[in-house]
Amino acid sequence: MTTETNAVRQEIAPTAFSMMRPFYWSVRRELWEHRSIYIAPLAAAAVFLFGFVISLISLPHRMRDILALDPSKQREAIAMPYDVVAGLIMVITLVVGFFYCLEALYGERRDRGILFWKSMPVSDLTTVLAKASIPILGLQLLAFTITFVTQMIMLLLSSAVLAVNGISVATLWTRLSLFSISALLLYHLVALHGIWWAPIYSWLLLVSSWARRVPILWAVLPPLAIGVAEKVAFNTTYFGTWLGNRFSGGTDVLGDISSNFPIEPMAHVHWGRYLTLPGLWGGLIFAAVFLFAAARMRRYRQPI
Amino acid sequence: MNVLEARGLRKSFGTTIALDGIDLQVDEGRILGLIGPNGAGKSTALNAILGLTQYQGELKVLGRDPWTERDQLMREVCFISDVAVLPRWLRVSQAIDYVAGVHPRFDRAKAESFLAKTSINRTSKVRELSKGMVTQLHLALVMAIDAKLLLLDEPTLGLDILYRKQFYDSLLNDYFDRKRTIVVTTHQVEEIQNVLTDLMFVNRGRVVLSCSMEELESRYVEVVVNPEQLAVARALKPMNEREVFGRSILMFDLKLNHANREQLLTFGDVRTPNIADVFIAVLGDDSGPVQGVSR
Repeated sequence: MTTETNAVRQEIAPTAFSMMRPFYWSVRRELWEHRSIYIAPLAAAAVFLFGFVISLISLPHRMRDILALDPSKQREAIAMPYDVVAGLIMVITLVVGFFYCLEALYGERRDRGILFWKSMPVSDLTTVLAKASIPILGLQLLAFTITFVTQMIMLLLSSAVLAVNGISVATLWTRLSLFSISALLLYHLVALHGIWWAPIYSWLLLVSSWARRVPILWAVLPPLAIGVAEKVAFNTTYFGTWLGNRFSGGTDVLGDISSNFPIEPMAHVHWGRYLTLPGLWGGLIFAAVFLFAAARMRRYRQPI
Repeated sequence: MNVLEARGLRKSFGTTIALDGIDLQVDEGRILGLIGPNGAGKSTALNAILGLTQYQGELKVLGRDPWTERDQLMREVCFISDVAVLPRWLRVSQAIDYVAGVHPRFDRAKAESFLAKTSINRTSKVRELSKGMVTQLHLALVMAIDAKLLLLDEPTLGLDILYRKQFYDSLLNDYFDRKRTIVVTTHQVEEIQNVLTDLMFVNRGRVVLSCSMEELESRYVEVVVNPEQLAVARALKPMNEREVFGRSILMFDLKLNHANREQLLTFGDVRTPNIADVFIAVLGDDSGPVQGVSR
């Protein structure tokens, strides 16, 4: 970008410059620093695709067996590899997101880079929000895109192999209904892994902004201690159950998808119901408090 | 308006007092050298000015409170530190992109032209650059920012003589003008002697001496005294005496009126002392560690 356009932009929208540009470039810098954000899911997809291509040799044979099955069981058999790759990428992004959050505000203090970042006109809050946007939105959209493209490649390759062998591709396409399971996947990723888990990511970011060493211990031990203390003191497991619900989301978030999954996956997803869940808003309030505290903490903390 | 204004600046870490009531006032267009031994509080003072650490007392940088308004202040303040603070994973091109992205007063063409004069590769990561190159890169970024105040914390530490010379040369020739202000802390005092306009000695969190360079030169005088006149010279209460190659060198504070320049001329060679020697002489009574100052 040339300085002329910079100057012009500044004149047009000075407020936009002060708000959005530092945020945009802060996100860019996260992607520069933590390349595992996209390399890990891409690598997983590549490895899976490699195995899938080899398995295509036996696809015509398997497809003939599937076509002989009861139609209700066809969906499961056909969609299996597609579900596996979606789950694989989901787990990978989950692990990446977890470690990213713990590293995000800790690493910059450890390598003293925080002194450089703080010498730039970017507020602590902008920095923390940029970091929080990675697991809450960025990783989920990335996981969706990579999964969708991988599944599309799988579907096209399968179709080509079947067509060459003179087998109809109609069953494959209709039973799989890729676009509607993709819609469900996107909902699952954004609504559960992104927004519903926002307080979890925010907690990890807060620990990362505060811990002087081994943030992973500080992140995991306090909840563990609360759970154990509750069990010992009252012989109850409310905290553990509550935490488990937060992770799983339960049917509140996801809807009961098991009953008629293959027909209409999105039938049980109600954005309206999701948006009125007290757990959603309570979680977001927690997330906001944690993120605000993390931004405050970043101001006080020195390099370690 | 003063670029920097501090009154009773204090900061302690537990029981250690890092800043013990510093008063400071820096006008536009000055180059102030903050000189003191290790642990004197120089870096703490700079950190306070940069909004990196909390403090007690009054501090205004370009009229702002650095602790609460760091992000706005950083549009007009730049900083190069002794520790290589550029993250090691950052690429040279990314560093330029980032600063161009977030800094409204950054002139990309200027940074590029400065970098073109170095052997720094655009695709290199910071970890692949030598220490001198990292400083050159940081300097290229900072000099391309149209800032009012530049803070340098031991900027040339660990650099070889070639880079050190280049560093101050480019700073003075390509960057400094009467509209900008520079505050520099360093142990290598002799190489900034001719750069500074003002001087401040700090020891154990306190200001020991604060003056302009002209004042310093008119106030402190060093005489290489002829052996036969040593007793007379000593009677004038020199602030410090040392021996170099068998010759006694006495330093006088002309402000204390024990001596005047004409009189001193009769004792032997009179010359302007270097900052390090003045520092040691001034700190002479204030028994503190002075090993931090190199001569």
